[in-house]
Amino acid sequence: MDTLMLSRIQFGANISFHILFPTITIALGWVLLFFKLRFNATGDGKWMDAYRFWVKVFALSFAMGVVSGITMSFQFGTNWPGFMETVGNIAGPLLAYEVMTAFFLEAVFLGIMLFGFSRVPGWLHTTATFLVAFGTSMSAFWIIVLNSWMHTPQGYEMRDGVAYATDWFAIIFNPSMPYRFTHMMLASGLTVAFLIAGLSAFRWLLGDRSQGVRATLKTGVYLGALLIPVQIFMGDMHGLNTLEHQPQKVAAMEGNWETQSNVPLLLFAIPDEEARTNHFEVGIPNMASIILKHKADGVVPGLNDFVSEDGEVLHPPVAPVFWSFRIMVATGMAMLLLSWGAAFLMLCKGRGAEGLPKLILFAMVPMAFSGWVATLAGWYTTEIGRQPWLVQGIMTTEMAVADVPAPFVATTLGAYLSIYVLLLTAYIGVLFFLARKGVDGDVPRRRTPQSGEALARQVPAE
Amino acid sequence: MDLFGDPAQWLPFTFAALMGVSILVYVVLDGFDLGVGVLFPFASDSEKDMMVASIGPFWDANETWLVLAIGLLLVAFPSAHGTILTALYLPVAIMLIGLILRGVAFEFRVKAPTPHKATWNWLFFAGSLMTSLSQGFMLGKYVMGLESTLGTWAFAMITAVFLTVAYSFIGACWLILKTEYTLQAKAVDWAKGGIWGLVLGLGLISLATPLVSPRIFDKWFTAPEIFWLAPLPILSGVTVYWLWRALGRLPNETDAGARTPFMLAITLFVFSFGGLAYSFYPYVVPEKLTIYEAASAPESLFIILVGTVFVLPMIAGYTALAYYVFKGKAAELRYD
Repeated sequence: MDTLMLSRIQFGANISFHILFPTITIALGWVLLFFKLRFNATGDGKWMDAYRFWVKVFALSFAMGVVSGITMSFQFGTNWPGFMETVGNIAGPLLAYEVMTAFFLEAVFLGIMLFGFSRVPGWLHTTATFLVAFGTSMSAFWIIVLNSWMHTPQGYEMRDGVAYATDWFAIIFNPSMPYRFTHMMLASGLTVAFLIAGLSAFRWLLGDRSQGVRATLKTGVYLGALLIPVQIFMGDMHGLNTLEHQPQKVAAMEGNWETQSNVPLLLFAIPDEEARTNHFEVGIPNMASIILKHKADGVVPGLNDFVSEDGEVLHPPVAPVFWSFRIMVATGMAMLLLSWGAAFLMLCKGRGAEGLPKLILFAMVPMAFSGWVATLAGWYTTEIGRQPWLVQGIMTTEMAVADVPAPFVATTLGAYLSIYVLLLTAYIGVLFFLARKGVDGDVPRRRTPQSGEALARQVPAE
Repeated sequence: MDLFGDPAQWLPFTFAALMGVSILVYVVLDGFDLGVGVLFPFASDSEKDMMVASIGPFWDANETWLVLAIGLLLVAFPSAHGTILTALYLPVAIMLIGLILRGVAFEFRVKAPTPHKATWNWLFFAGSLMTSLSQGFMLGKYVMGLESTLGTWAFAMITAVFLTVAYSFIGACWLILKTEYTLQAKAVDWAKGGIWGLVLGLGLISLATPLVSPRIFDKWFTAPEIFWLAPLPILSGVTVYWLWRALGRLPNETDAGARTPFMLAITLFVFSFGGLAYSFYPYVVPEKLTIYEAASAPESLFIILVGTVFVLPMIAGYTALAYYVFKGKAAELRYD
């Protein structure tokens, strides 16, 4: 493989690994604030139990997010120097604002949030929790602004092949930003809802009937049931926005080769770019036209419009976009079924978690990571869907790649991949380990015997 | 020259200064917590818990200074960012893997099942060591003008070792400040050993830098500069002597002067960094690209500067708050 392909796989692997953890911490920060505020209001210890368990998951996820994020900030330079050389005047300030308004805020107050409960007044601990949650959301905001600008750039002018900012308001509020940001925040909320429901169901199945686990199971199910319809609606809006600004991406998502009316919604197909057609199509007649144009004979753009006269392909690779999109939608539908089913049973039987059949609780455990699947599939849809462009209409991905020998990139890629596999295994293992340990109350604190005055202090750090 | 008349002059200078400050703050702050990691094999298991407890609330924010420094290089001097990082491709990758391992080991070593703790402790040490060595290697390569020859490679290997020693030295000084009893006594011994490595490393880089570049030689060894630069090496020498004296008085009954070694170590880091910064100004890629040639468009720099002016004091403020909340001797890290 050449340097370009290896660098793309490396960046793709890195950002895929990275996004798993912010997706958890963005919403989990707000859920922790909710637990803390419920505790402040009711004084009920179950909320503090919930806080203590989930703040550990937060700390672990946050560390994973930080270290993989640092890796990305360096890879801009080591693998993609052309990106900053061309659009640095726009990307630079956005990244700088992310570091200054978000990274320091969350990193500094995280220490107080994790370890400060008995050291600072209650209000300061609650404030620290709020600031960490706010920081993670700010971080998401700035990076989504930059990402959206790469899809729908505006507010700039090109001089000698370099982009210069002309209107910062237009850059920040570029056409796809509000949709993408909302879609991502909701994705984070759903990921956390199903993670909380899944791990709580796991504890429940192991026989944990504590108030803490009841509270978190309810929180997870209701949060999921509340957010999923909003997300489906927002996803549809985002799709319409993409149709307007990046029609070639929607054409790939629908697997539609010719611009035509009465386009079916394909449930299954194997897109073939050589023959420029689909094999084994199974579809609902007219449905894609109805979803995208709100009428059965609506005209949907086709991929063949995005091939230049000399045969250069200016649309994304079809199969990965087509399939990632279907995986995302299918996961969303499974989320809808499970969360509404569970919420319905809990409400109508009026017995909370006791009203849930075992089958539903068992289903919740693997669905704990459904948010990850949907988020990754969604990001693959939109990012592969932007190819061959890196910044739509300004520069292709190929233009940005560094002139590093391919064996170097292959070496680092191999190293990163093995570490990611190791860490992901360890992460998921530890989540379930913590859940098992948490059964029947909170994690017991081990105290190793020590001599003299050291006794009070030297206890394993948690 | 009217420095503040032309934004194409003063903006790059301001950003180079900001970047310099970020790197310095990073080297001091992450320097001590990386150093604590490098010292891990010399400590017993319960001491390891205490060592992590002393840096637990801070390490994350410390590392953010690296993101800020590299971010400023990225946003203010984009072409230099590409040149430097592609030239340092492999050491950067090793550093990143090191940072990943040690960052997650903080969490995993106490959250994973107890039998795995030894492995995570080892990975915490290995990650800290990889990070320190590769940063030292990059420093050496940078001093050598990013040239790739056998000689520069050998020099970089030496600076890799000395920067690691310097980090473990400031890490030991931090432990003297934050711990008690046998661990503190051990830290004093570590610092006494480390200081000689530090002096050797400082001397080596101070000698090599002017010899590699005639331009840097002229900046230091011509009149009148030599007279007002002379205090820097002299003050550094005095600091080293003072450090040695301070370490000799520790540990003691009242813990008097436990803060001194850490403060003096910071001073020494500041002097060394000041010397390097003076040598390389105005180049951002040694001998190839000045900060004025590499700078982004003034409009973009100005937008960032506005934010920086407001945000940096806030960052300083709440960082101070965090160090205040966790002041005094390190204690068990607990979530309740």
